[in-house]
Amino acid sequence: MISGTPPGHAPAIELRGASKVFRTPSGASHTAVRDLDLTVEQGEFVAVVGPTGCGKSTTLTLVSGLEEPTDGEVLVGGEQVTGIRPEVGFVFQQDAVFPWRTVLSNVMAGPRFRGVPRAEARERARDWLGRVGLASFADRYPHQLSGGQRKRVALAQTFVCDPAILLMDEPFSALDVQTRALMSDELLELWGGSHGGRAASVVFVTHDLEEAIALADKVVVMTAGPATVKQVFPVRLPRPRKVEAVRLEAEFVEIYREIWSSLGEEVRITRERGASRVA
Amino acid sequence: MSLESVESPAAPAALTMNHRSLTRAKAARRRRLTVYAARVLVLVVVLAAWELMARNGVIDPFYFSMPSKVWDQIVQWTLHGTSQGSLGEQIWYTLYEALLGWVFGVAGGVVLGIGLGRVRFLADVFSPYIKVLNALPRIALVPIFLIIFGLGPASKVASAVVLVFFPVFFNAFQGAREVDRNLVANARILGASNRRVTLQVVIPSATSWIFTSLHVSFGFALIGAIVGEYLGASKGIGLLVSISQGTFNTAGVYAAMVILAVVALLAEGLLTFAEKRLFRWKPGGSGAGSWAGD
Repeated sequence: MISGTPPGHAPAIELRGASKVFRTPSGASHTAVRDLDLTVEQGEFVAVVGPTGCGKSTTLTLVSGLEEPTDGEVLVGGEQVTGIRPEVGFVFQQDAVFPWRTVLSNVMAGPRFRGVPRAEARERARDWLGRVGLASFADRYPHQLSGGQRKRVALAQTFVCDPAILLMDEPFSALDVQTRALMSDELLELWGGSHGGRAASVVFVTHDLEEAIALADKVVVMTAGPATVKQVFPVRLPRPRKVEAVRLEAEFVEIYREIWSSLGEEVRITRERGASRVA
Repeated sequence: MSLESVESPAAPAALTMNHRSLTRAKAARRRRLTVYAARVLVLVVVLAAWELMARNGVIDPFYFSMPSKVWDQIVQWTLHGTSQGSLGEQIWYTLYEALLGWVFGVAGGVVLGIGLGRVRFLADVFSPYIKVLNALPRIALVPIFLIIFGLGPASKVASAVVLVFFPVFFNAFQGAREVDRNLVANARILGASNRRVTLQVVIPSATSWIFTSLHVSFGFALIGAIVGEYLGASKGIGLLVSISQGTFNTAGVYAAMVILAVVALLAEGLLTFAEKRLFRWKPGGSGAGSWAGD
């Protein structure tokens, strides 16, 4: 399976031996990702878990085309990533909605940037605002919304562009626990209805293992930084899932225990490193 | 339609207002009135002290004049015109020069500031030169502008431009540099070209930086115009100052200053109004701001 495969049958995302080295302001080099191999099939929901600061987010920026790998290959739909691709959507950890635009205008931004006529963009934006339950907030500014509502705007902003590939960087980490569970359910619903019914391929980065298992088809455990894939666990819980309910199932607990035995070790390593740095 | 729905969150608050919040509102209003009264009192005391001291010879009225004379001078200029023509014409002349200089200075400062803020190469090349130019005492360029552009408005406009440009430039530059990287990344992912990122992300987020400098820089534009007029002109407030000084008419100098201060305050008011309209999206910004959600 080298580059000869036709794009239609290629996996949605493929990283082959990808590495990313950053130069720190002091001139030293910092390896965020090392020799990373990861495959995401079409329509697959993959959650990436790992200790904090291990380089999970960097993996996403490589796939998105915001950064280029120092080494190795990043393929989307069988093609080498050389820049930002129109079929990729990205939901950021922090608020990235434009504060000077109204909610509606924020959701219209993507289509407008891509040259969709204003009227059509507005219609599509209104449709997605309705789906995330913010139809009556169209004329508000982001600062007038709660954190959860702003996140919904960000989701609508991303989904309105109809992404075939959805990259999510700890999107709900800043929300309170109840809102987070609610948003996870909504995400699963939106995901099911996205991309003309054919579900988008998702890479969901999180440090919350419960969230990862509840959402994903496959949980990828990363090592302590520099990040590389340690182990991949399939999650065979039936869909459609309700996050709060699925958590209580025996199978969920079993998978949790299994993955945690792998992840916990990396978390411990990270913590010990942090401690030795402080000492 | 957008205007109304932005204002609407304030309405339910008014409905649920109970007795306690009414008293609180009353107290707030009383406090505001007290502040206004105290302000007026300060003005009256200062003016009265000035007047009395000048009349009783504690300070020499020849140097310090007195409020009544300044007022007489303003009235006389208003009713009978100045030696150079009507007072309105002088004000308009100065304002015209200052505004023109301000517009050119702001336009240049914003364009170059954003440009250099966005294009690292240009910034690296030009930054030492801009630092040198900024270190120059630019007010000393005014005599040179008088020689180059003559006694007409052009020399005053040029003086205003050099004074206005730098604060606006540095703020626009800083504003373009400090743009939230997440916002830029998000715009790029959503499909924005470099030009779109500049126009729709960098410029909007730099506007609050730029506006800060606009307040200061209009004062600078007035200074540029006045100094230019003072050194040589056929019309304008600066010329009034110069003529009054030449005839040892200190009341005239103060009167010209009072008129200028009023003009500057009016301009500031206009700017604040424009700012409020432009920054409706800002949290806590006066006007539309009211926190909803949660």
